Amino acid sequence: MEVKISRGADIKLKGSADRVYANVPNSELYAVKPIDFHLLTPKMVVKVGDSVSAGDILFYDKNCPSVKFTTPVSGHIFDIVRGEKRKILEVLIKAEQDIRYKNFPKRNLSELNREQIVEDLLVSGLWPLIRQRPFATIANPEETPKSIFISAFDSSPLAPDNDFIFHGDDVLFQLGLDIVTQLCDGTTHLNLDGNSNPAKVFAGAKGVQINHIFGPHPSGNVGVQVHHIDPINKGDIVWYLSPQDIITIARFFKDGKYDASKIIALTGPRVKKPRYYRVIQGVSIKPMIQDNVLEGPKRFISGNVLTGREIKDDGYVGFYDFQVSVITEGHYSEFLGWLLPGFHKYSLSRTFFSWLSSKREYDLDSNNHGEERAYVITGQYEMYMPIDVFPVQLVKAILIEDIELMEQLGIYEVDSEDFALCEYACTSKIPVQSIIRRGLDLIKKECS
Amino acid sequence: MKLIQNILRKIKPTFEEGGRLHTLYPAYDAFETFLFVPNHTSQTGTHIKDSVDLKRTMVIVIIALLPCLLFGMWNIGYQYHSQLINIPGQDVESVYTMWDHFFFGFWKFLPLILVSYIVGLSVEFAFAVNRKHQVNEGYLVTGMLIPLIMPIDVPLWMLALAVVFAVVIGKEVFGGTGMNILNPALTARAFIFFAYPTKMSGDKVWVHSADKIDGVSGETALGQLASLINIDPTNTDVINKISQFSTDGIYSLHNSFLGIIPGSVGETSVIAIMIGAVILLFTGIGSFRIMASMFFGGLFMAYIFNWVAPDTNLFMSLNPIHQLFIGGFLFGMVFMATDPVSATQTNQGKIIYGFLCGVLSILIRVFNPAYPEGVMVAILFMNVMAPLIDHYVIQANINRRLKRLKV
Repeated sequence: MEVKISRGADIKLKGSADRVYANVPNSELYAVKPIDFHLLTPKMVVKVGDSVSAGDILFYDKNCPSVKFTTPVSGHIFDIVRGEKRKILEVLIKAEQDIRYKNFPKRNLSELNREQIVEDLLVSGLWPLIRQRPFATIANPEETPKSIFISAFDSSPLAPDNDFIFHGDDVLFQLGLDIVTQLCDGTTHLNLDGNSNPAKVFAGAKGVQINHIFGPHPSGNVGVQVHHIDPINKGDIVWYLSPQDIITIARFFKDGKYDASKIIALTGPRVKKPRYYRVIQGVSIKPMIQDNVLEGPKRFISGNVLTGREIKDDGYVGFYDFQVSVITEGHYSEFLGWLLPGFHKYSLSRTFFSWLSSKREYDLDSNNHGEERAYVITGQYEMYMPIDVFPVQLVKAILIEDIELMEQLGIYEVDSEDFALCEYACTSKIPVQSIIRRGLDLIKKECS
Repeated sequence: MKLIQNILRKIKPTFEEGGRLHTLYPAYDAFETFLFVPNHTSQTGTHIKDSVDLKRTMVIVIIALLPCLLFGMWNIGYQYHSQLINIPGQDVESVYTMWDHFFFGFWKFLPLILVSYIVGLSVEFAFAVNRKHQVNEGYLVTGMLIPLIMPIDVPLWMLALAVVFAVVIGKEVFGGTGMNILNPALTARAFIFFAYPTKMSGDKVWVHSADKIDGVSGETALGQLASLINIDPTNTDVINKISQFSTDGIYSLHNSFLGIIPGSVGETSVIAIMIGAVILLFTGIGSFRIMASMFFGGLFMAYIFNWVAPDTNLFMSLNPIHQLFIGGFLFGMVFMATDPVSATQTNQGKIIYGFLCGVLSILIRVFNPAYPEGVMVAILFMNVMAPLIDHYVIQANINRRLKRLKV
C-alpha cells in the first residue's frame, strides 16, 4: 500500500550522525527507568547490593504482574533513585566487565506457538518492547491486537538511519518478523520510507505487508501510519515495535539469552562528531559525550528534539530511544527579538527573513522564543497534522475534560508524539504534548 | 542594551511578590517582554520551539497595514486640498506637493492613533492587572485598525468611547484576547455608527472640515450610490451623479483602484490593501481561504445583481469589479474577516464563512441604503455565525469516524 502525506515538515536541524561507528569504553553504570513506561507502577523485586545476571527481573508492573522488567547487564544493583513521593525514577546497575547471561530455555523455532512466544517474551523482560495504540502504553499480554505495525524508518529530526544500522542483518530481521507476526491474527505491517530507496533488509521482508509512506515528518510516526492504513476505532487495539526490537527478539529466541545491545546515534548541533554507537540498553551517555561536545550551556536529550526526555550529562538512554540529541540551552533574552528581520531565525512560518535561505541547517536551541498565550492563530496545527482529527478542538476537549467529546474527536488515534510538530510550530507556545498525554491518561484512568 | 537590562533588573523586585507595586506586575511584565524576548526555555514537550510568537505575528499584521496607513494619510491631505481648490481649471498638484498632502494628513491622523492606543492599552493593562494575567498582544493590531476605519473628523472623545466599548464589550467580557466572539475593531465602528450616526454617515464627515467648506462633495462612493437606487434616468442631477462613476468621474474604477476618493482613512486604496494582503498571505498569517472565498462571494453576489438589475438602479447595475473596489469591502476582506479569533477556525468552515461574508456584504450594501457600508454588518453577523459553521464541520468529522466504526 502507498500512503502520501502532505501535511508535516522536516525541521532543518544541524548535526545528523555520520554513517560511521565510534568506539567508546563501556559504561560503568546502566539504568532501567520506570518513567520510560507510561502509567507504570513498578513493584521492586531486587534491592540495593543484590547481584544480578543479564535477564534477571528488577521489578514488575503492579497492575499487570506478568509484565516484568529485567536487567540488560550483569553486576550488582548500585542504587534505586527515587523522586517526589518516593516515585522510582531509575534502577542503577553497576556492570561487570564480562556480561553473565541468565539462561533461558532454547526453543525449536519451527515449533513456536503464540502462547510460547508471549510467555518467553514476558519472562525475559522483552515484552515491554511491544507497545499498543491507543494510549502508547506497554501492550496487554492478555489481549490480541487487530494488527501489528513496524515503522522501518524514523522521520523525526536527526533520526538514526535504519538502512545503515540494519546493514547485513537480513536473516536476523526476518527471523524476528516470523516470530512477531505470530502474535496477531491480522496483518503485520512493515512501513518503509517512500522518499528514499529502502534497504534490502526491509524491502525483501516476507510474511508482512509492506507499505510505502511518502512525505515529510511525521510520516515515520506509527500513529500516522496506523491512521492511514488500518485506523483505530473505539475498542480496537494495534501493537507496534521499533525495527531494532525485532532484532532483539530474534536474538533472544535464537540464542536463549537476553542480549539487550542496540545501536544509537549521538546527534545534534552541539556534538563535535555525531556518530553511531553500539551500546547496551540503559547505557550512560557519559563516555560518548566525553570530549565530544562543544563548549557552552547544553541540553542533553534521550530521543529526538521533539519528543525526547531531558537527561543529565551523565544520564541514561531511554528504553525506547535510539538517539541522543545535544542542543544549546537557550537561556538568554533577546533585545526586541520579535521585531528584528531575523535572517538567522529558523521558523516554519515565513514571518522571519530566514525563508531567503531555505537550504540552511540551523543550530536550534531550547529557548521558547516567546511566552505562552491564548490560542489566536487558527489553521496552524492542521498544517502539521496528517491525521484526520481537529487538533485544536481535541486539545480544548481535553482541557475541559470532556471524555465523550475526546472520543468523538478521535483521541484513540493519536499519541502526544503526533502533536510534536504542532507544539513546535505553535505561535501561542501551548504545551500540546503534555495536554494530549493528560487526556489519554484521564481516559485510561476513568475506563479502568 | 546592557543599561536597559540593568535598570529592569533593578526595578523588578518592586513588582515581584512582596514588592510595593506587586499588583502592577502584569504591566511591568508586558514592558519587559516587549523589550526583551524572555529567557524562558522549554520545560515540557518539544525541546525546540519555532521562532515565531504572538508579538511577531502582530507586528507582521501592522507592517501589512502600513501601506494603507501611509496612503490614508496622504489621501486625507489630498481630499482636503482638492476641496480648497475650486477655481475651474486650477490643478491641485500645481498648488500642493505630495508631501503637503501627506504631512497634513499625518498631523490630522496622529491624534486618532494616539487616542486609540493610549485608551485601548490602558483598558487592556487595567484588565490584566485586575485579573493578574499577562497583557496579550491582540490590541497592537486592533489599536491600529480602529482609526483606519474611522472618518477623519471623528471627535476624539467619541473615538475613545468606541475604543473602550470595543475592548470591554467586544473582548474583555469574553475573557480577553483569543476568546472574543466579535471583531473588536468592527465593534468600535459599529458602536459609533449606531450611537452617533451623524458622525459616521452623510456627505460631511469623510473629508476633513467638509462641513466648513461650501460646495464640497465629500460623499463616499457608497453614499452616492445609495442615492441612485430609484432614479429617473432623464433627470440632469442624476445624470451628473452617474457620470461620477464613469471613466473620468471622481469615483471611476481607476480612482477607486488608486484610492483617491473620500472614505474611511485606510479603506480607499485597492493597491495599498493588496500590498497588505500579499504580506499577510506570504507570511501565512492571513487566511487565503477566507480572503479568496470572500472575494468570490462578493463577486458572485455583484454579478447576480448585475443580471437582475432594473434600469433605475445604478447600485445594482454597477460593474461587479467596481462594486468590490469601493467602500470597505476589500479592507474588510483582508484585515477584518481574516481575524482568526472571530472567524471560523476550521479550514472548511473558513471557505463557507468567507463566501457568506462576501455575499452578505454586497447584499446589505445594495438592499439597505441606510447601511451602505454593508461589509461591517456582514462580518459582525458572520462572526456570530462562525461557531455554528464550525460546529457542523466538526460534526461531519465525528460522523465520519462513527461511520467507519459501523463498517
